[in-house]
Amino acid sequence: MAINRSDIEKIAVLARLSISDSELPEVTESIANILTLVDKLQAVNTDGIEPMAHPTDATQPLRSDIVTEQNLRDTFQQIAPATENGLYLVPKVIE
Amino acid sequence: MHHNSIADIIRGLNAKDFSSKELTIHLLNRIEQYDSQYNSFITVTREQALAAAEAADKLRMQGNDNHLFCGVPIAHKDIFCTEGIRTSCGSKMLDNFISPYDASVVTRFKQAGAVLLGKTNMDEFAMGSSNENSYYGPVKNPWDTTRVPGGSSGGSAAAVAALLTPGATATDTGGSIRQPAALCGVTGLKPTYGRVSRFGMIAFASSLDQGGPITRSAEDAAIMLGVMAGYDPKDSTSINEPVPDYTATLTDSLQGLKIGLPNEYFSKALNPEIESALQLAIKEFETMGAKVQPIGLPHTDLAVPAYYVIAPAECSANLSRYDGVRYGYRCSEPKNLEDLYTRSRGEAFGIEVKRRILVGTYALSAGYYDAYYSKAQKIRRLIKQDFVEAFKSVDIILGPTAPSPAFSINAKNKDPIEMYLEDIYTISANLAGLPGMSIPVGIVNNMPIGMQLIGNYFQESQLLNAAHQFQLATDWHLKTTQIAA
Repeated sequence: MAINRSDIEKIAVLARLSISDSELPEVTESIANILTLVDKLQAVNTDGIEPMAHPTDATQPLRSDIVTEQNLRDTFQQIAPATENGLYLVPKVIE
Repeated sequence: MHHNSIADIIRGLNAKDFSSKELTIHLLNRIEQYDSQYNSFITVTREQALAAAEAADKLRMQGNDNHLFCGVPIAHKDIFCTEGIRTSCGSKMLDNFISPYDASVVTRFKQAGAVLLGKTNMDEFAMGSSNENSYYGPVKNPWDTTRVPGGSSGGSAAAVAALLTPGATATDTGGSIRQPAALCGVTGLKPTYGRVSRFGMIAFASSLDQGGPITRSAEDAAIMLGVMAGYDPKDSTSINEPVPDYTATLTDSLQGLKIGLPNEYFSKALNPEIESALQLAIKEFETMGAKVQPIGLPHTDLAVPAYYVIAPAECSANLSRYDGVRYGYRCSEPKNLEDLYTRSRGEAFGIEVKRRILVGTYALSAGYYDAYYSKAQKIRRLIKQDFVEAFKSVDIILGPTAPSPAFSINAKNKDPIEMYLEDIYTISANLAGLPGMSIPVGIVNNMPIGMQLIGNYFQESQLLNAAHQFQLATDWHLKTTQIAA
């Protein structure tokens, strides 16, 4: 599965990641090489093998549905780039 | 005083040979004097360290020191969140991030009375095997400052090797504890997945990441792991298994211990000088009563390809949280929300992090998920089954940690694939979730090399026992104390 510059540009949009024009050739070439490396997997017969998501196949633990965390909004917002009246500020979304 | 191991320090503090404050000042002065050569620390926490050392000395004076670790200085990899202290993860993205909370590992060391000297340098978001990917500049190997220390926990390994701290925390997703430990001539342990809490340990690939210690001996690793390990309800993947006293079994006999040598690791591709060193180590284990036998791990050559689907996929999901909105870097004058996300991430992530986010996004995108991600997860199970089979006939698996001694700075950072192959022997243990250890086993061209021991699930005690017995019979682990200033 060969990958080209415009594929990388599309993936970068999906990842919300700006890639500069100077980075693009190197990134395209190295990702093409990585995909060649991982394409080795395609040759292996994995019929009937369950995908493994977790090393010990553990199940998700459950806990009672009660509030355990304190409200630390003020603490957390001290390190935010921009806030106002307890809200995080971003550029206007709706005109 | 800086030659002291953690075990020595505990004895010295107990005997009142020196105070925690004296030792802490000594180590802080060494960091100030020598770390400009190594760049192993991103942040030195002098004031907090002095306050913690004074508090520890007071507790000891009053007889209220309820943990043997009280007053012992350590460093944390800058991936562990530390309340009120910058936690950068080696990235421009978090250069301004003062963590509002402590990682559970950090809390455990605080409760034990440990003294934090500072935060160690690392590859950005733990992605790298040479420490050249740090926003704060590369770490230099204390054995030869023209060479890399390995990565991603290169700062922790270099600081321990240079006798700037007796021990440091680290993390290992594909070899990031074991490979730098090997390249710097120190001891590193990656525990079983779920043994050490990941709460507050900045996530790279959540099903692979595991924290552990880097020290100068197996005995010290046993002491540090005792502080770090244990169930944490704040980490849903933490496993509720009792934590044994890892120091209690260090002196057990190795009589009858069954050691497996994977045919796939001892192949023609293995560096002959590393193989010779390993053969001497194997003889040493046999002298101690261990039985050695060949084993097969037939899916070994698929570990790197499977890892470079799974790790980037999980990375792309985990790193989506860095959006320039709630914390971390924000680009200046964003035109709109899309521009805010895209440019904040584009300007603050380094090239390797970007590459992995893109590979992961691609592998998870519609139409490719089954061919890449699902396929890699199936291969992952085959790799795990290899180990399950092998551990039916052996107790411990022995092999190399890294393919070669430390390489020169800039030697491999132009070709990502060449860098990825640094972890060819270490990645499988992460995919399977098994504990793995690296200990010094020889010197090749004046640089240290490492031996890897892989154990069965939750058998850290057995690894530490074997490593300690080897270190009682040999002195490779003491060589770094002879090269440091």
